Parts: sequence; structure tokens; C-alpha cells
Amino acid sequence: MIGELGRVYHDGEDIVTEGEVGDCMFIIQHGTADVIRNEEGEATVVDTMESGELFGEMAIVENTVRSSTVRARGTVRAITIDRKTFMRRIQEDPSLAISVLEVLCHRVRNLDNTIAHLKHQLDMLSGGNS
Amino acid sequence: MSYERTDDIPGADGGDGRQEPAPIEPEAIRILTDPNSWLSGGTAGSSSTSTETRAYSDDFRLSEGSRVAVIGGGPAGSLFAQFLLKTLNRTGTSIELDIFEPRNFDFCGPAGCNHCGGVVSESLVQLLAAEGIVLPDETVQRGIDSYVMHMDVGSVRIDTPLQEKRIAAVYRGHGPKNSEISNIPGFDQHLLQRATRLGANLRPQMVTSVDFTTGRPELTLADGRSENYDLLVIASGLNSALLSMVEQTGCGFVRPKAAKSFVAEFKLGADAVERHLGNSMHVFLLDLPHLQFAALIPKGDYVTLVMLGDKVDEALVNAFLNAEEVRKCFPERRPPPNICQCFPRLNVSQARRPYADRLIFIGDSGVARLYKDGIGSAYRTAKAAANCVSLYGFSSSDLEKHYWPACRKIIIDNLMGKCVFGVCHLIQKLAFARRSVLRMTEQEQNDANVVPRMSSVLWDVFTGSAPYKEVFLRTLHPVFIARLMWNLCAANLRIPTGKKPEVTAT
Ligand SMILES: Cc1cc2nc3c(=O)[nH]c(=O)nc-3n(C[C@H](O)[C@H](O)[C@H](O)COP(=O)(O)OP(=O)(O)OC[C@H]3O[C@@H](n4cnc5c(N)ncnc54)[C@H](O)[C@@H]3O)c2cc1C
Repeated sequence: MIGELGRVYHDGEDIVTEGEVGDCMFIIQHGTADVIRNEEGEATVVDTMESGELFGEMAIVENTVRSSTVRARGTVRAITIDRKTFMRRIQEDPSLAISVLEVLCHRVRNLDNTIAHLKHQLDMLSGGNS
Repeated sequence: MSYERTDDIPGADGGDGRQEPAPIEPEAIRILTDPNSWLSGGTAGSSSTSTETRAYSDDFRLSEGSRVAVIGGGPAGSLFAQFLLKTLNRTGTSIELDIFEPRNFDFCGPAGCNHCGGVVSESLVQLLAAEGIVLPDETVQRGIDSYVMHMDVGSVRIDTPLQEKRIAAVYRGHGPKNSEISNIPGFDQHLLQRATRLGANLRPQMVTSVDFTTGRPELTLADGRSENYDLLVIASGLNSALLSMVEQTGCGFVRPKAAKSFVAEFKLGADAVERHLGNSMHVFLLDLPHLQFAALIPKGDYVTLVMLGDKVDEALVNAFLNAEEVRKCFPERRPPPNICQCFPRLNVSQARRPYADRLIFIGDSGVARLYKDGIGSAYRTAKAAANCVSLYGFSSSDLEKHYWPACRKIIIDNLMGKCVFGVCHLIQKLAFARRSVLRMTEQEQNDANVVPRMSSVLWDVFTGSAPYKEVFLRTLHPVFIARLMWNLCAANLRIPTGKKPEVTAT
């Protein structure tokens, strides 16, 4: 327990909340967290983050509000990376941005897969209905 | 070419299979900190028995099959290897990268350790995480969330703004002497393993000499063999005789100046560490001659003592351990006998010209941050060197354009650091100044509505998280100066702060 970095979030606790202003990104040191998106008042789990994964980078890069809620599933320990530390370092070493780009690329690829999968299902459904 | 990692560094095997070094006196450890002392046969400069022949690229760029040698598998060497291999992987270039590291980080005690306080700064924890290097829980011996500053006039605790454990206390090796059962996976081992997983070859050998007469680096190893490379990266820290050898090659390099420091380990047991030190690093501003900085760092069952200064010797260590402010951090106000100690050397100035054609010095061998966050500057120089080599090349002019600026930035910041530590030293000397710093910090820590100006300055000086320039500029803020002046008067006229301090002032 003592050798642990970061802050502990308990089961069901929000690590970030959709719509809030964010000035840091997170790395999960330990545990699993759900990425939840509210659409028309209904919460949907759109992704799951595991230990070692980075999230919250969009608010840092775009300076906008959080696009989703990230909620601890069980106990989660996460460390934050401040916008200031990150941006200052990127000025000195732009290549650091590539690691965040890699995360974003990975996410876009996953989204493409999900869209393709959903489209396929939709086609099947509309095909089946006609 | 593949090399098996062996644990047979001469002189490091205690004979019981656990590779425990013989009982160590401070003097003996000082010798051990020079890796050359591990050599039993004195093979330095021995002639080559096998020189590999191979076509080498003539330009100063890496191409398919290029050979890179990294001398030293400490943080600078391992991080350089990781960054270079990762970037080349993206461009689809495959090279051969050998890391020469004779130290076995699986040994407990000084033989497996790169002698340091083991504090991974707040900014470095974050930057490594952003690079995808997340420190495993087993390696982090304690997450630190606060500092307690001790002075003869009282003590005050400074918390992180986010109530988050953002600083990692680690062991560089496998833990202190006789800590085998704890099975502590060290920081250096973790980084080295990451480098080998990315494709670096770990060569558990000492490099005994370096030669540039053919225009390319030729290394001689402890077993007498020689090997040629396209590029040589020296990350051998401060303690290597190799640096003086390279100095004599006429490449313009002059090794950094170093001062002696002190590191010791005390075994208190996890409960006592928790009770007496908690998750705080304890720093001491005591008026002891030649002492620049001293800290107690809690780690699992142990506490690490680090003392930095211009002349740290046994008398100073004893005076420090007998100071009341230090004694009260230990059970029954008595530090137990230490179980492991060393007098490692610390950079106090930078190397001159830490690069030449096909040659780069990184980490402590080149330019390091003054007193704080040496691992952080190893990261910065390693990254700058890897970027330069992979994106531009490794001629002297490439390195001057794309590597040297990163070093220069650290050097300029160190000048500011000298001013900052000069002021700290003054505070150490002047009781009225200590009282005002204590009062101002206490006020900030006990009142959430007060902007923590002094606390943030102290935090960044102690943690090494922000550049010294930034810390220095913050102390020039008119509000900071006005509040300091007020506290200077109030503290010395004994005007109470109004709120009860969390850690008592005496
Ligand atoms: C007392 C003290 C306390 C410190 N505390 C901290 C701290 O808390 N936090 C922090 O960030 N920094 C701290 N530092 C600074 C930190 O230790 C160094 O800045 C850091 O270790 C530099 O890393 P490096 O890889 O350049 O060198 P090193 O860590 O010294 O690694 C050099 C490696 O090269 C190998 N080597 C040497 N010669 C040869 C050879 N001929 N052939 C092959 N291999 C060789 C060695 O075995 C070693 O593994 C401290 C320093 C001291 C002296």
C-alpha cells in the first residue's frame, strides 16, 4: 500500500466529470475505469480504461471541457499530468506529443472499428426489416 | 549477436550464491562506487584480441544495421536506448544497440546500486508517464505527498496541492544491504529491462578504454576484446575512470567537477517509518558548516538519509545525526546504526564540450541539474541526444545544433540554482530569517485563503520539480517580498500567526 503513487478513487467515484473544465490528464496506475457518455439523459459506457492507460488528454490539448465522465470500477489509483508541466516540456521537446498522438491514433482506430461494426449491424437490421 | 547476462562481476560475489558483498566500511564503498575497482585483472588498456570487421556507414547518420554503443545502464543510458529505439522503430530503421553495464542491479547493497537518494521528482514522474513509462507499484517504495521542513526554530509541513502522491521514493538497486527477502525491484533495473525489451542488447561488461584513432569509436572490454561502433554514447555517470581516459583523447571534453556526498540506510520497520516519517520527505535546514542540504526519505521498511554539501565527512554526518531536529524523526529519538552507506560523488559543475563527432556524453557524465533531480536531467539529456541522433545525425555540428541547447538550458538554470541555494544557505545561517520563513509557510499551510507563495518556492526547491529560474523569479514577486518582510518583523517580534500550526514551532 505504501509504495503507491497517485490518488485513490473508490468504486463508483468520478475521476473526471463530463462538462467540467480540465487542466490535467490522467494515467491509471492501478485498476479499471469506465468512460461514460451522457446522451439525452442516458449514460452509456463507451470504453473501459485499464492500468497504464492515459485519458483526459483532449481537455489539455484543446482547452475544452471534459467530453465524458470517467468512473472508477472498483478501486482505482491514478496520477495526474498537469497541463503546465506537459505543455512546457512539449515546447522543449515536441516529440513528447507523439506519445499522446499514439494514444489518440489508437483511439481513432478503435472508434473506426466500432463505427464499422455498428454500421454493419444497422445494415443487417435495416436489411432484415425491408 | 546475442549475449547472456551473467552475474559474475569479479569481486561482487560473496560466495553464498546471493552475491552479497563483504561487510563494507565507508572507505571501501567509496572505492566500490568506481566501477573500475570491480576489475580484478586490471585489464584497462589491454590490447584487443578480436576486432570485428564490418562495413560502417561513412556519414554521420544512422542507417540499417548501424552499431551504437552505450556505456552505462543507469537512467541516462537506459532512457537514451529506449527513446532512440522507439523513434527508429517508427521510421522502420533497425540498428544494433549495445548497453555496456557491468553492475548487476539484482545485488543488494552498494554493489547493485547507483548510490542516490532515489527521489523521482514530481515533474519526472509525470513526464515519464507521458512517455509511457509508468513506474510499477513494486518499484515505488513509497509515494510521497508532502515535505516536512525542519529547522532549529521549528518544523512545518508542506502538502501537495492535489493531495496526491506525486513523488516516487525508489531504490536504484535491489535495496539496502541484507534486504534480500524484501526482493525490491529497483528503478535502474526497471528502466534497463524496458530498454532490452525494445531491442537493446545488455552486455554485462566493463568498458576499459575507448579509442578514436580510426575515426570511429573502438571500445576495449574487460575481457580484452575490442569492438567498433558508428556512435558512442557515454552514460557512465561520474564515477568512471573512463571519463579521464576520454579527456585525454583530445576531443575537447573535460569531465564535470564533483563533490563528495553521503547516503545511508536505516532499518526501522514499516510501522515505525509510517509513524515517524509518514509519506513525507523530511528536509533539514540546519546551521552546520559545509552542509548544503540533508533529507530523510521514507521507503518501505527503511529510511534513506542523503547529505549534500561541499565537504561531507564523518564528523559532519555525526553532527547531523546528533542534532535534536534529526533525532526526533527516529523512534526513541535515536537513529539506529545504519545498515548500508556510501559517499558517492555529486555533479557540482558541467562537463566541457560533452559531444564530438560520433560521441555524446549524457546524464551525469555530461550535464546534470545542480543538487536536485539528477535523474530528471539524465532523462532530458538522454531524450535530446536520442532525438538529435535519430532525426539529424551525430556529427559534432549536428550535436552542437540539436543536442547542446538542451545541455545549455540546464547549465543556465544551474546558475539560477546557485543563487537559490545561496539564499537557502543564508537562511540556514540566520536564525531571524529561519523564523520568518517558518512563520510565512505556517500561515500559508494553515489558511487555505492565503496564496502559498513561500510554500510553492520551498516545494520546488526541495522537490526539484520546477526550473530554478522559475523559482527565483517567484521570489521577486512584490507580494512575496512584502509578505516576507512582514513575517520577518512579526516572527522576530513574536506576533502570533492566529491559527494553530500543524507541526509545532519551537
Ligand atoms: C548523494 C546523492 C543523492 C542523489 N539523490 C538524487 C535523488 O534523490 N533524485 C535524483 O533525481 N537524483 C539524485 N542524485 C543524482 C543522480 O544519482 C544522478 O544524477 C543519476 O544517477 C545520473 O544517472 P546516469 O545514468 O547519468 O549515471 P549513473 O546513475 O551513475 O549510471 C552510470 C552507470 O554507468 C556504469 N558504468 C560506469 N563506468 C562504466 C564502464 N567503464 N563500463 C560500463 N559501464 C560503466 C555504472 O555501473 C552505472 O550503472 C543524487 C546523487 C547523489 C550523489
